[in-house]
Amino acid sequence: MRALAAGAVRAAAALLTLAALGHTLWNGVAEGATALAFGILIGIGELARSDHRDAAAPAAAEDRGQDRPQDRRPAPLGSAGALAYALLGGAAGHPTHHGVLQVVAVVVAAALVGIVPHIARGHGPAFDHVARRVLAVAFAAVCFQPLHNSGRLEARLGQGPYLVLFLVLLLGLTALCDAVLGAALAGARTGRPYGSLLHDELRAPAGIGTAICATGLVMALGTAVAGLWALPVFSVPLLLTQMSFHRITAVRTTYRQTITSLARATEIAGCTRPGHARRVAALSCAVGRELGLSERELTVLEYAALMHDIGQLSLVDPVPAGATAPLPAAEARRIAGLGGEVARQTGVPAEVAVVVERQADPYREQPVAARIVRAVNAYEDLCGGQGHPGGSLAALERLRLGTGRDFQPEVVECLARVLARDGRAGVGPLPPG
Amino acid sequence: MRVLPPGARALILCAVLAACACAAPALTDPGTPWPAVALLCALCLGCELLADCRLLGGRVPGGTGAFFPVVLAAVFLLPPSAAALAALPGGLAAGVAQRPVWVRRTWHAAQQACAAWAAGQAYRLLDGPATLGGAGSGAAGYPGRVADFPYAVVPAGAAAVAFCLVITALDGAVLATAEHRPAVTAWRGLPARSLSPYCVHGLAGLMTAVMWRSPYGVPAALPALLPMYISSWVFAQYTRERTAHQATIRALVQAVDIKDRYTRGHSERVGQASAMIARELGMADDRMEVVRIAGILHDVGKLGVPTRLLRKDGPLTPEERKVIELHPEYGHEMVRGIGFLGEARSAILHHHERVDGSGYPYGLAGEQIPVLARVVAVADSFDAMTSTRSYSRARPVPVALAELERCAGAQFDPAMVRALVDAIGRHGWHPVVTSDDDVQVAAPRSSAPAPARGAGSGA
Repeated sequence: MRALAAGAVRAAAALLTLAALGHTLWNGVAEGATALAFGILIGIGELARSDHRDAAAPAAAEDRGQDRPQDRRPAPLGSAGALAYALLGGAAGHPTHHGVLQVVAVVVAAALVGIVPHIARGHGPAFDHVARRVLAVAFAAVCFQPLHNSGRLEARLGQGPYLVLFLVLLLGLTALCDAVLGAALAGARTGRPYGSLLHDELRAPAGIGTAICATGLVMALGTAVAGLWALPVFSVPLLLTQMSFHRITAVRTTYRQTITSLARATEIAGCTRPGHARRVAALSCAVGRELGLSERELTVLEYAALMHDIGQLSLVDPVPAGATAPLPAAEARRIAGLGGEVARQTGVPAEVAVVVERQADPYREQPVAARIVRAVNAYEDLCGGQGHPGGSLAALERLRLGTGRDFQPEVVECLARVLARDGRAGVGPLPPG
Repeated sequence: MRVLPPGARALILCAVLAACACAAPALTDPGTPWPAVALLCALCLGCELLADCRLLGGRVPGGTGAFFPVVLAAVFLLPPSAAALAALPGGLAAGVAQRPVWVRRTWHAAQQACAAWAAGQAYRLLDGPATLGGAGSGAAGYPGRVADFPYAVVPAGAAAVAFCLVITALDGAVLATAEHRPAVTAWRGLPARSLSPYCVHGLAGLMTAVMWRSPYGVPAALPALLPMYISSWVFAQYTRERTAHQATIRALVQAVDIKDRYTRGHSERVGQASAMIARELGMADDRMEVVRIAGILHDVGKLGVPTRLLRKDGPLTPEERKVIELHPEYGHEMVRGIGFLGEARSAILHHHERVDGSGYPYGLAGEQIPVLARVVAVADSFDAMTSTRSYSRARPVPVALAELERCAGAQFDPAMVRALVDAIGRHGWHPVVTSDDDVQVAAPRSSAPAPARGAGSGA
């Protein structure tokens, strides 16, 4: 079902591309100079795309087994240029006449040319990303170009503020359409519920997506009043935005790595078994995703899961085998409190410290993330980390027995589902890094 | 609250008077476009207030002042005096991190008003307003006058440069008068560093102005500001995340301090001494930063050593010593996942190697030991000797340096020892005291002479 939806998206994009290229080759290009300028802009945008994956940032996406929405928006300038071309109604004071199919043809051709160097450098071609771009741009163009070319739009709204409002509305719809397409494609890849995927997709535009839409809009209108020179001038601020996002991605990556090392400190101190924190983090994130948490909540959950045993560093004598699950409740709570204190010093968001602090409380008093960490940690402690299947089932059984007070039944069932689906291999030790 | 020196008061007063003189003509001039002035004022104010409530203290330290693209758009759209007037409220509302708040706000507002006026004059001089195009006479069709584009960038760029020069000149002047910095150091590097951001702000302001004048009007001008606004917002977030990251690194160090109470502040001081050696050796700035972090984190592996062993008073048995000697490997294992540490990771692994090959963990000798590890080894022993430990009292700095020189060639790389001796000879040793209150005899310049013993092991 999921694969079918993603396949349909790809097939539609391919068909549209063929039709557009055929039509444009047959009929020739209207306003060649404008088309060429936008094509170059989109191509440069694709070239300037960052390959996050090959930089020092493999951990960010792959650790959690999926890529994040902001990583999937790798060519802001290309996207903005494509949107601007779809919404272009005039250049330097003269109306333009290109149709929907020409828009699609120019966007696809430029994107494909821009992709070539990336393939040459050995990165897999991101065809999903092109398919999504083509369909979203086609949507915007279908809504705008026929109305514009037939002159009905100008007759109704004129050249003025109302046209801007119409375009803003149209961009909102395009963003929605793009999010739906993204969710459909990501659904086939990750198997997460569509609802939470769509939620993530819609939240992501709050950052760079808004900048892309705004730049696309201003470029289209700016070309109408200032000619093609508007393109280089208007793309500078967006490039700056892109740079800021790169920097913040880089600093977030090192931040995660540092927190992971802090988590590893408990293992090296002999407080916990090797890999325990990372396994709990990976499994907690899988459960959280299954429960439909948002990206931000998942980040909090991940950090909290990585740090959940940090309180043991403050103990003079380590807990036997580092397993906090079999400890008396009061002792477990005291260690959790110590952990919360350490977590507060590390500069992580305050929610993370709260989750660490409350991880040993009865589930009715806990925030959702703490319930997940508690159940997953207990599961990890109980099955001894060796992954023998009998241990896994026995551990789940123990958790089910504890659902009256300690573990939330929904979380335990979710954990069981995740384990059954992925097998132990799916949540096993992650590659170091 | 600190009392401002008279020079700074006079400067601020002058700036305020100049700002009033710049803005006053707009109040009497009948040609002032009041609706546009009001709208731009509101925009400046809105950007500032929004930034304040959304970032909640996460502002860029030192405050970039107002959101400059709006101010520059006002410069392009309004006559110079009206632009100065429009810049005032943004400056007054700007978030200020340090006290005295209102003096700083007044100063920012006056500074921006003067800069806006100067930029406006530069813009007029190059005939900027005519390049913006605008709503033509054609009633329903396309705009009659198209923005004169490649040329429009020239006056806008000139205005941005003028704006930048006035702002940085005033910044330098206030630093020189209020904080008594020499004027040359206050100004050096300021324009070069800030010119390109101002040019980008200028381009965004130009976009806004062109869209404002176009038939599409104000609704099209707002999206033109959006990318810059988002970008500055992301930048503030970036600063905050970087601070959080530094806090995490400190937490790693503090975790060691919890276990080994006698080494309070040791890590920070070793980082400091390592950076001094690196600077003396002429390392580049980024490499020096790596050295500093290597020094700070060199003992992080002690987290893996049982607390009882670290806190043990009295001599260690050979077995216990062996366990403690595992700490470089533990430390390396812990930080190997942190990509940006790079070279620092090998320094953590090898900081107990000796030049004659009798160190641990691998017994490397001479050039086999990474440079950074040799730096950290010297800094580590130096701080171990000059601070009080469970097994020895602090020694004065000259005695410690003499001891290091005695061991150079056998335990330490002579080049590193010489660098430390030179650096301390030139700048002195002013240890940072990070972990407050404790048994801290960190600056033992003139303390009682301690009995000479073998060079401190640092472990």
